[in-house]
Amino acid sequence: MFSYCADPDALGTFRWFSCYLTNGVHMSFYLSFVKVLALLAITAPVALSFGFAGAMAARSHVPPVSWLGKGYIAIVRGVPDIAFFLFFVIALDQGFEWMRHQILCPDWTDPVRQGNDFLVCSNAKLPLGSAPEWVHQTYSFFLAVITFSIVFGAFAANVLYGGMRAVPHAQLETAEAYGMSRRQTFWRVLVPQMWVYALPGLSNLWLVLIKATPLLFLLGIEDIVYWARELGGTKTSRFTDYPHPDWRMWYFLFLLIFYLGFTRVSEIVLEKLMVRLSHGQATTGGEALRKQVTA
Amino acid sequence: MKSCIQTIQDYGLRSIGIGERRLPTSDFTLCEQFTLIGSGMMWNIYFGILALITGFMLATALAVGKSSKNRLIRKPAEWFIFLFRGSPLFIQFFFAYFLFLSLKKSYPMFDAFTSAWLGALIVLFLNTAAYSGEIFYGALRSIPKGDVEAADAYGLTGWARFRRVIWPTMLRLAWPAYTNEAIFLFQATTLVFFSAFPAWRQEGDALYYASYFADKTFNPFIPYPILAFYFILFTLFIVWGFGRINARLNRHLPQAQKKKLRLRMNLAR
Repeated sequence: MFSYCADPDALGTFRWFSCYLTNGVHMSFYLSFVKVLALLAITAPVALSFGFAGAMAARSHVPPVSWLGKGYIAIVRGVPDIAFFLFFVIALDQGFEWMRHQILCPDWTDPVRQGNDFLVCSNAKLPLGSAPEWVHQTYSFFLAVITFSIVFGAFAANVLYGGMRAVPHAQLETAEAYGMSRRQTFWRVLVPQMWVYALPGLSNLWLVLIKATPLLFLLGIEDIVYWARELGGTKTSRFTDYPHPDWRMWYFLFLLIFYLGFTRVSEIVLEKLMVRLSHGQATTGGEALRKQVTA
Repeated sequence: MKSCIQTIQDYGLRSIGIGERRLPTSDFTLCEQFTLIGSGMMWNIYFGILALITGFMLATALAVGKSSKNRLIRKPAEWFIFLFRGSPLFIQFFFAYFLFLSLKKSYPMFDAFTSAWLGALIVLFLNTAAYSGEIFYGALRSIPKGDVEAADAYGLTGWARFRRVIWPTMLRLAWPAYTNEAIFLFQATTLVFFSAFPAWRQEGDALYYASYFADKTFNPFIPYPILAFYFILFTLFIVWGFGRINARLNRHLPQAQKKKLRLRMNLAR
């Protein structure tokens, strides 16, 4: 990247590192950090909306809907999340292909499952066999986002459900006394107040979500873990311009520090957010803020 | 076609290297999947129980350390807890494995550390110690002031006060959260063979075999529910066992005041 990198004298000096760390593959490594951040940026709101829908369903007065919501919340309990990740990636992929298969190839008579194979007609393949590489990558990233959203949506549903139940009942009764309908009570009284009760749980969930991002590697995405393993492995002069011994330990140390920093920054931001949301709330946090102002 | 008893004899202890050497490669029966995944559970139980017991002791020390007034004791405990709670367990496994690998080059005594049974156990031990340490620290801070004052009034000091008043109360307060931690930890053991630690001679844990079947059959709808079944079973067992201990910890309280063990949901780490 730098002009002095062409000079062989740079080898063995400290400047060599600046050349090494800016070579092409390292750029892919840095790009994979963007991938992780993109995953977080997309998953967090989607999972939150899944969670909101789940919590709303669990509160429903129609029994089947309520069972559905409660079942969704309960299903991720007791089973390791990583099992869900491995499961959903295959299950979703096959589900999409099966649906396309039903629509695109109605005259296909063979069963889809034949022994150990899952066969759909070539038009229904996702992505199509002829698709360029980036489509494959985007598709697997898309699957990963849905998987993360489903699993974390269930966690979020549990937190939001708890938050909704924590809103003082007197508030809802007052709303009823003012003649609000159930729907109005929900949207105008319950939802604005529940966030402060749900926030500790949601902050915790965000920290957990950050720490779950390296699992992307298991879903076949070329993420930071993938690149750290690739780049850190022993390189000999036959295969690369930058031969070095096994440096994987240092790459993973870097990832460790990255995550620690990310967690710390998130904690500080969430703490600030909590203070903001506590303003004017009937909680001990809100009370403390009120006293600060009047004192 | 082999009978199911035969399959259990062949593969029941496969995950620890006893029985049939070769894994089934085609025409998997339900019995084979149940047996092998169940066999893999032994690793999860091994990691879970040993890490929990060893981690418990370090966690107590960490909690006491973090609430110490002495900076030299408090800061290392705080940093230890932050280090293990603030980073993904997955990355910790990778880092530890490669650390042991490079240590092995200079000191051959680190040979055992690069295999899962010891290396991964150490990571899990440190990890659960940090998480439980934070739980115990929270409990230490919420011990009723009156309890400690009563201990002072009885002339209990130092170790006797800690052993007879503070520590039991801490455990009592921390127990529901600690039950959760045990469930977490047990689930986290599935990460071992999916991170850097190699499964020697295909002797892996339950998830290792479940994903083996899912990869071979392209059908995730059978092995993963079997895995879920085993895990839910064992989670119920943990909840029962910890509930018994909880009842014993609270046995001196009046009946009405006894809180039932209410479990919060569990999260990935």
